Order: sequence, then C-alpha cells, then structure tokens
Amino acid sequence: MYLGRVVGSVWCTVKHPDMTGCRLLVVQPLTPELTNTGKPLICTDTMGAGKGEIVYWVRGKEATFPFLPAEPPLDTTIVGIVDTVHVKRTVAAPAIPTADAAEAVAVDPVGIAAAPPKPPAPVHRKGARRG
Amino acid sequence: MILARVVGTVVATRKDPRLEGKKLLIIKPVSPDGKDESGYIVSIDTVGSGIGERVIAVSGSSARMAEGCKDTPVDNAIIGIVDEVHLD
Repeated sequence: MYLGRVVGSVWCTVKHPDMTGCRLLVVQPLTPELTNTGKPLICTDTMGAGKGEIVYWVRGKEATFPFLPAEPPLDTTIVGIVDTVHVKRTVAAPAIPTADAAEAVAVDPVGIAAAPPKPPAPVHRKGARRG
Repeated sequence: MILARVVGTVVATRKDPRLEGKKLLIIKPVSPDGKDESGYIVSIDTVGSGIGERVIAVSGSSARMAEGCKDTPVDNAIIGIVDEVHLD
C-alpha cells in the first residue's frame, strides 16, 4: 500500500462494463513525509475520497478485491483516506562531518543538537553466504 | 493505471494463438496535463480506441481481467477512453 494525494479526476465514457459507476481519480504518490514522489497515476476510488485528500492505495491484483465478486480490470485502487501520518525517524547525520557541524556540537550545552550517527546497515550481497 | 496516448499499431502474424483477433496498439504514457512521458508500451485494445486518443491502460495481472483477455498472455490492456481530465 502506498500513500498518495488526490490531485484531479478523470472522466471516461467508454470503459470496461465492470467499471461502470467507478470514480477515477488522479493520484500523486507521496513519501511518508508527504512530499511528492514519482509520476501521477489513475486510481479507482472505493472510499469517496475528494480532491486534495491524502489517501492510501493498493497496486496489483489486490486492487480488484474491493469489487468482488466482480473482477474489473484495475491495478490501482484507493482503499483508505488518511487522517494522520506519524513518522519517527532519526535525524539524518551529515554524510561528511564539516567543521561547522563539529562546532555546533561543541557549543551545544545540553548535547542534543546532533543525534548519534547511525551504524551502517549490514550489506547483503546476492549470492553471498550468510552465517 | 496510467494515462496514455495511442500513437501506433502493431501487426503480428506469428503469435500466441490466444492473442488472435486482438488489436495491438502502441501507447505512449502521458502526464495528466497532457505532456508525453518517456517510453512506449504495446497494449491490447479492449474498448475500440484509435490513434491519437487518450486512454487508460492497466498493467500487470489485472490486464487479464479486461474484456476477452481471460487466460491470455497479456500484461497491458487499454480499458477506457478518456473524455476529460480535471486537475486542481
């Protein structure tokens, strides 16, 4: 499931008969921080989402499940309207510590200015043996 | 589903027997404001669209649920002809 924002709507007269009555909306995919990512796409709407709302949508065969037992040819469907999004992420440490950053840590009296650097993620190469 | 514009046709004599009688079109993805995007896709037409028309194309296993595409080796199908797109 992915986050998206409804940015428009599409009107189609000629379409698959199983899609009669389906609303088609233009959805701009979003990151968890709610910034735009990727290209806008067309989603059917099962929730009554409106323009500007943040929604979540599914891709693939699962997109037809809200319409069961009918099986319309759909691959993206809005299945929920988002109320709030909470994202907890550590503050990204600067890739290369600069003199300014070091200074900022030095003058910070409480020591909360910079989060401790995250240890590097383990690298798993394809085909490599794991313990 | 994506918005696309029909830009051409494909003729294939030797093909999977389950594709016989199906119309193959070349579509080019477009953005909702009408600008062309990169790439081309060969798609099965199930709604009778023609060159120059803006259509909705569905990809993946859902394409097999389009009209007459059940159990056929299809991964992209045109399932609607666009009349209008409204953007905020």
